[in-house]
Amino acid sequence: MLQAASDPLMKVENLVVEYSVGGKTIHAVSDVSLEIARGETLGLVGESGCGKSTLGRAVLQLRQAVSGKVLFDGHDLTTLKGESLRKMRRRVQLIFQDPIASLNPRRRIGDIVAEPLVIAGVRDPEERKRRVSEVLSAVGLDPTLVSGRLPHEFSGGQCQRICIARSLVLNPEFVICDEPVSALDVSIRAQILNLLEEMKARYGLTLLFIAHDLAVVKAVSDRVAVMYLGRLCEVGPSEQLFARPAHPYTALLIEAIPVPDPDVRPTMSVPVGEPPSPIAPPSGCRFRTRCPRADARCASEVPELRVVAPGQFAACHHPLI
Amino acid sequence: MNGALLSVEDAVVDLPTPRGNLRAVDHVDLAVGAGRTLGIVGESGCGKTMLSRAILQLLPRKAKLSGRVIFDGQDLTTLSAEKLRKLRGRSLAVVFQDPMTSLNPVLTIGTQLIETIQEHLELDLAQARQRSVELLTAVGIPAPEQRLTQYPHQLSGGMRQRVAIAVALSCEPKLLIADEPTTALDVTIQAQILDLLAREQQRRHMAMIIITHDLGVVAGRTDEVAVMYAGRVVERAPTPALFKQMRMPYTEALLAALPKLDVPPHTPLPAISGRPPDPTRPLKGCSFSPRCRYSAGRCSTEKPRLSPAETLEHLYACFHPIAAGSGA
Repeated sequence: MLQAASDPLMKVENLVVEYSVGGKTIHAVSDVSLEIARGETLGLVGESGCGKSTLGRAVLQLRQAVSGKVLFDGHDLTTLKGESLRKMRRRVQLIFQDPIASLNPRRRIGDIVAEPLVIAGVRDPEERKRRVSEVLSAVGLDPTLVSGRLPHEFSGGQCQRICIARSLVLNPEFVICDEPVSALDVSIRAQILNLLEEMKARYGLTLLFIAHDLAVVKAVSDRVAVMYLGRLCEVGPSEQLFARPAHPYTALLIEAIPVPDPDVRPTMSVPVGEPPSPIAPPSGCRFRTRCPRADARCASEVPELRVVAPGQFAACHHPLI
Repeated sequence: MNGALLSVEDAVVDLPTPRGNLRAVDHVDLAVGAGRTLGIVGESGCGKTMLSRAILQLLPRKAKLSGRVIFDGQDLTTLSAEKLRKLRGRSLAVVFQDPMTSLNPVLTIGTQLIETIQEHLELDLAQARQRSVELLTAVGIPAPEQRLTQYPHQLSGGMRQRVAIAVALSCEPKLLIADEPTTALDVTIQAQILDLLAREQQRRHMAMIIITHDLGVVAGRTDEVAVMYAGRVVERAPTPALFKQMRMPYTEALLAALPKLDVPPHTPLPAISGRPPDPTRPLKGCSFSPRCRYSAGRCSTEKPRLSPAETLEHLYACFHPIAAGSGA
């Protein structure tokens, strides 16, 4: 139903991920379906604890799903094991939030970036060196200057460039970016966002871009999916979704962004409280406890994602459009 | 500013590091009047937190501070540790980015509030307890009586920050310093906490300093903004004037680099090239000149002074300011 295009590269079907903490079950991802077309960037937004990172990890099979399918280029990753999963994973890469923690502090940059090639069985050192130089240059670093150095000699922004280079060295088709710029300063953030866009065009990538910052997500995404407490609230083309949100949660998120313009007076926001615990999510619509439009039906019936506008879907009994 | 509650005069903070002296705060002058809100904006490492620590006299032991910090008629740099301790928490309060660092994890919320209140105000236990409940209610915490018996880890990040604000407000401070108070919080919670701070500030006629890296946070919620770069204030103006006409290229570049909701996806962002200078290797000229697209001539050899533009209230440190009437 969430048809993105005729040619989806990644298709997530009814994915459920749960984990237990101290004997209690956390419903991290509950029945999420998504499609990402070849060459598309899908932005995934939501607040901390909404399950967006878990979803990203479950797609890569770094987190086992309870049920559901993850179809990458037609292959169900959830059923693959061993060598066949490893082979498929080469085509899917991940970039993390904390670029400094993602790099082994004792290894040299050249070796860090070459490691995926070693694991993939590229034996020829010259070939590895050539690939490493190519991706380091692509992300704006001089291979001859940086290859012999250690991560601590670099700033956060440069470390993120190195992480991006490492994720590209195996020529992946699909890259999951999990909060890639939220640890970076404003002036560096723009550089990295621009770099991701350049790399996407240069290597023909498809991206899943996970972030909590709506403006950041909008800057890079063709379509945006909004998550709340393990469920998808709304999916739609970026411009359309931000111009006319259908789900009250999407509207609240947009409303809450501080605007750098003193003429836009911050609305003394409605008391919307805090998200409930994913251990015991509310019945029916999970957003209902903070929603100004909630009624009895919202407590009894889980809203399905429905078409609200061309290409735009919302899971709400009382959508805004 | 005449009659300012707080005025920082020519503050310099030097920190010894293995790589040499690090000048964290470089000749900063600031003032905040009662009932006013000042925003200090800058990226990590620009010295904004060190400046707030200098105001609070909570600098690291090895740091050297020169200059004066006049608060409520007294120079804090000359006060004894005991006098400072009485002042902090009473008329000078602070809220940090991570509420877990300001709340004691092994004491209940009630103990921490009541302790602070009894330390500074002459109230008995029952009165202090009553006041704690009122404060928790004021900061929007449901079931306040029950919360008094809870520990910080039992609350969410947003609730913990509300408690930290309640502790800070407990003795009716004259000045509240909020150092990145919402950076660790989600965007919907951030809006609630900023509203709460603004409401309490108005109600109590406090002076407030909000320290943040987010120009969006200061835009709607401050009277005046000081932009810091590499330890110096590079532009300072009443908030509406600043956003109407930025003069310092760094401020303009910082605003331009923010992704905006009203711009179509895949529009390249006007990024600031390079990165801030190494604070242990001070530049001779303007610290921003290596990254500045207007840099020319003496920018690399001479430091521009922070000086007034058309109005006495709008100050900037730049030899090639953005022309009035253009841009922004």
